[in-house]
Amino acid sequence: MKAYLGVDVGSVSTKLVVMDENDEVLESLYLRTQGQPVKIVQDGLRTLGEKLGQYVEIAGTGVTGSARNLAAVLVGADAVKNEITAHAVAVSKLVPGAQTILEIGGQDSKIIIMRDGIVTDFAMNTVCAAGTGSFLDHQADRLKIPIEQFGELALRSKNPVRIAGRCAVFAESDMIHKQQLGHAAEDIIAGLCEALVRNYLNNVGKGKDILPPVVFQGGVAANTGIKAAFEKALNMELIVPQYFSVMGAVGCCLLAKEAVRGKQTKFKGWQAAEYKFQPTSFECKGCPNLCEVIQIYENGVLIARWGDRCGKWSNAVVKVG
Amino acid sequence: MKVSFPIMGNSYVAFKQLVEQIGHEPVVPPLPSSRTMTLGTTYSPEFACIPFKILMGTYLEAIEKGAELIISSGGHGPCRAGYYGEVHQRIINELGYKTKVIIFDSVNMAFKDFFKKLHYILRTGKTSWWQFIKVYRTVWDKLLALDEIELLAHQVRPYEVEKGKTSEVYRRCLAIMDQARTRTQIKEAKEACFRLLQNISQDKSRKPLKIGIVGEIYVQIEPFANLDIQATLGEMGVFTKRGIHLSEWWMETTHQSHNEEKAVAAARPYLNQMIGGHGILSVGETILYARRGFDGVIQLAPFSCIPEIVAKSILTQVSRDYGIPVLTIFLDEQTGREGLRTRLEAFVDLLQQRRQKRLGGAVS
Repeated sequence: MKAYLGVDVGSVSTKLVVMDENDEVLESLYLRTQGQPVKIVQDGLRTLGEKLGQYVEIAGTGVTGSARNLAAVLVGADAVKNEITAHAVAVSKLVPGAQTILEIGGQDSKIIIMRDGIVTDFAMNTVCAAGTGSFLDHQADRLKIPIEQFGELALRSKNPVRIAGRCAVFAESDMIHKQQLGHAAEDIIAGLCEALVRNYLNNVGKGKDILPPVVFQGGVAANTGIKAAFEKALNMELIVPQYFSVMGAVGCCLLAKEAVRGKQTKFKGWQAAEYKFQPTSFECKGCPNLCEVIQIYENGVLIARWGDRCGKWSNAVVKVG
Repeated sequence: MKVSFPIMGNSYVAFKQLVEQIGHEPVVPPLPSSRTMTLGTTYSPEFACIPFKILMGTYLEAIEKGAELIISSGGHGPCRAGYYGEVHQRIINELGYKTKVIIFDSVNMAFKDFFKKLHYILRTGKTSWWQFIKVYRTVWDKLLALDEIELLAHQVRPYEVEKGKTSEVYRRCLAIMDQARTRTQIKEAKEACFRLLQNISQDKSRKPLKIGIVGEIYVQIEPFANLDIQATLGEMGVFTKRGIHLSEWWMETTHQSHNEEKAVAAARPYLNQMIGGHGILSVGETILYARRGFDGVIQLAPFSCIPEIVAKSILTQVSRDYGIPVLTIFLDEQTGREGLRTRLEAFVDLLQQRRQKRLGGAVS
């Protein structure tokens, strides 16, 4: 059976999805990147290979995420796309007619406005890393509440505490303050969800026409507390798609299918999970730009370089594939 | 005297000659680098904007190279840039250096002050006003030529067959221009550079998207500050035109051209007063780009820049009224190249989809 592989390597999580010809998701993985994208992508490949290797033949691969260049080298990618396009592609397939996409991941949050199936506007948190997902993780840990129960607890609150949500640093200290005043944990958590939503709508969503149907995705969409806070603030219902946490990878499968039309895939095969990849870097002193050049060795052979502005290094080796 | 000046795009090639020919020893600061940024952020107030910090770093690097005098320009209107020179001077003094900073405010605003300062620089360089006029004309030619070369490079880049070739040739052009001294030489050098750029092999069958760039002047002009946005977009196959080049700016402030007035007039229905910096121009130029059929506009703004923040909120409405997508990019110390690339790619995808849809609609 023919299938497509999508890989989304973000700063916090790595997602892998395999989709068949009929755009049905066969398998999906959501892994923690843990600062080791190479190892995690290979782990993912190994798992998928063991599960599906005998049944499917990968006809195309697509990668996205902040480490898409790296991921492209690791798996041998046919399509390399930015996260915004990848997410939009996935939504237009899985939730036809959606007009707004709210996406909150580990570090990045974004809003995508779609009309008639095409992206007409988008915004991403710029200077501040926001990190809503990581921040919630951290707070759950601090309050000793499993992150999975975080949302449910928030829903139980009858009167949420108001928490200053301008930025995670302020929110945290305000939260500790409110705890010390003796507020109940669920009220604080509900307040925190509202603060983060307020912050998102004020920064990322400012000036955007949020029209229904609104899709809510990214890792944070699992949090029912945040979802409820959004619904309260926007006064509309949010759709959380089935594959909300791996939408970027889903989009990559669709993009891969498009990219390999009539072409041979560059996929390295499941055995790439056992290759020895070694990334190194150096600072080029060729000009004042002082670019940081990344280079990757595969089983001891230099296969790719990037990061230089002028192409002096990236053009010097044979491109992968 | 050892005289230095800030780096702002390619203008240092001309300024170097100016300083030299009015009898001073030019100290060209190193092109801004991560070290400049480190120095700049270490000694700047945290909430100052990115142009301030890069300039601070540049000044300190110039001082290391022995600069005794730094010449820069001020801002006008209610923008912090107006007192940045003073703050720079104080920081330099507090660090124990004797280097002086001379800020030239707009000729229009402070006519007497402008000429007093200019007189001081000429007197210390033992240059007469008559000589200065001659030098000025030569250097002006050079500045104009540099901008024309840059404009041509931006035109060629989206068509280049070999990625990165234009940037490489452009760097060579700067070296050629640096050698040219007299007006005749400058003219010849310019023509040589034009030939070099035009000879780059191009794929004319491409139909590049057109993106207009607006925003604060420093982050528009200095590639280090905007992570080389024009070259990055150019290499993605996009044609870009930015709102301002230094020669244009000087023509505007000396009333030799009136493009700013057009932008100000265009902005009027949305914003009818000067808000400092280039805020009003960001609004006006976006409208002009929309009228000229550009596919999209990118607004470049230093983080915390009030005029650009005001412009940004107005641009939301302009974008809707004129049907032109606008992407605002706030630049700060930690703005990463990869993050910027992601946004640019997504923006280009968006414009491409819109164009296809528009063309598709026209056919059916």
